[in-house]
Amino acid sequence: MAQKKSAQKKSGQKKSGRIAVAIVAWAVAIAMFFPIFWIVVTSFKSEVDAVAAPTLLFRPTLESYAEVQQRADYFSFALNSVLISVGATALALLVATPGAYAMAFRPSKRTRSLLLWMLSTKMLPAVGVLVPIYLLCRDLGLLDSRVALIVIYMLMNLPIVVWLLFTFFKEVPHDILEAGRMDGARVGGEIWHLLIPLALPGVASTALLSIILCWNEAFWSLNLSSSQAAPLTTFIASFSSPEGLFFAKLSAASTIAIAPILVFGWLSQRQLVQGLTFGAVK
Amino acid sequence: MNAVMTSSAAELSQGRAAGRGLRRSLLLAPSVGLLLLWMIVPLAMTLYFSVRRYNLLDPTITGFAGLENYELLVTDPELWTALINTLVLVGSVLVITVALGTVLAVLFNEPFAGRGVARLLVIAPFFVMPTVSALVWKNLMMHPIYGVISFLLRSVGLAPIDWLAMAPMLSIIIIVAWQWLPFALLILLTSLQSLDHEQREAARMDGARPLTMFFFIILPHLRRAIGVVVMMETIFLLSVFAEIFVTTSGGPGDSTTNLAFLIYTRALLQYDVGGASAGGVIAIILANIVAFFLVRSIARNLEA
Repeated sequence: MAQKKSAQKKSGQKKSGRIAVAIVAWAVAIAMFFPIFWIVVTSFKSEVDAVAAPTLLFRPTLESYAEVQQRADYFSFALNSVLISVGATALALLVATPGAYAMAFRPSKRTRSLLLWMLSTKMLPAVGVLVPIYLLCRDLGLLDSRVALIVIYMLMNLPIVVWLLFTFFKEVPHDILEAGRMDGARVGGEIWHLLIPLALPGVASTALLSIILCWNEAFWSLNLSSSQAAPLTTFIASFSSPEGLFFAKLSAASTIAIAPILVFGWLSQRQLVQGLTFGAVK
Repeated sequence: MNAVMTSSAAELSQGRAAGRGLRRSLLLAPSVGLLLLWMIVPLAMTLYFSVRRYNLLDPTITGFAGLENYELLVTDPELWTALINTLVLVGSVLVITVALGTVLAVLFNEPFAGRGVARLLVIAPFFVMPTVSALVWKNLMMHPIYGVISFLLRSVGLAPIDWLAMAPMLSIIIIVAWQWLPFALLILLTSLQSLDHEQREAARMDGARPLTMFFFIILPHLRRAIGVVVMMETIFLLSVFAEIFVTTSGGPGDSTTNLAFLIYTRALLQYDVGGASAGGVIAIILANIVAFFLVRSIARNLEA
């Protein structure tokens, strides 16, 4: 009897503990998400409502979206973002795959230091080399060019892409590749027909991370592009200072700038985590 | 027959070993070569410009400057402020995101109603581009008149705060930490999920209190993951730029000017290529010092 009672008490404690966890966790989740939620809400307000006391009761309107679109063609910026992110990611995968393959399956004594060196180049601050890259682009006529941004983003993410591919390739059993080699597969075929399909989830999460990093990159795009090649980061920055007080328009622009990547990130969340953990956390 | 095969196989493998080294180099060439170029060409140019007189606006200023640019920079108190600001920003954001991230990871690892959706909401800030998060915090959250925070403060009878003017560095830290907390949380949560369930149960059976569990089982398990978070975040935090560019432009005064922003103002606002390059060299040296310690301590965690 007493035992039963204490068990009951324990399960009661557990239940109230669970409710407490739920309340705290949801409070944190809502607080973290609130700024994003508020952008979306404000984007449907009129400018007058946007500066009134914060409320959810207002007459929704699409006028801010219309005005944003009138001022700057969203779709050309979005297209640049897509082309640059996907282009840079594809190029980085292309360049990194052979190297990662060599390091994973034909390691030498220097493989480890090579990887660390690659990572250390990522620590060189972009600002340190802003001036020469800016001048190089100017002299080559590559200011405000998508090609320049694609190449720079590719180089920017290359160390991370190589490292991630390496960790994912390493998990592919050697025997399978060995068998392929016995069948006379050349290196290119071995990589393309055996390795890539086997490591596809890893390759995908590497690509996802690279796309997100490219999409949100704001240093090179702000400094090297103005109109022709400008991605969404530049589009948003153009709404910053003088028009800063037009809250509804700013929110509308922000909503359409982050919506694609947010949805993309949410959908690929599980895949992405695998890449984010750098293969070091299992 | 058998003997013939083995001997030819041995020859083959000998030939292969030689070919293998060459082939490995060929396979490595694109990535290593490009990264070398990406590192050396701008570095060489930066070093060269840093000892030149070079102003984009005034072509008559030219010639060898020696260490003049460095001298000007090192004697400029703004450089030291920028260095300290950089370290304060990186350090505070690291402490906040790792500490809060660990606590939140434990929290979000517990089962509760709607956990999947709550997790999606928490990680969302990671996908928001820095320019947008800076603008939103500046105008919708921290604005002294129209911001939500001011509204909340006023509604409980407190005076609203002009965050970016009165506590500029704190504001930047809040914005950047908001962006990176989800990253820390995601990684730590993943690591926590791999913590052996039986190990936890056993500890619980032995009567370990929650705090004991946290410090003696959970925290040691998260060590590697925390290493990854610190390394990845440091790489990105050393060069925070957009958040400052959009909100305070380094001000008021130079209170939020970090190294990245200082070089930017020198190069693209004052057109002083020489001075900016000298700043770039200093930034690279700082990054290398940080990288040296970081890579050393964390490389052990990342198995290569």
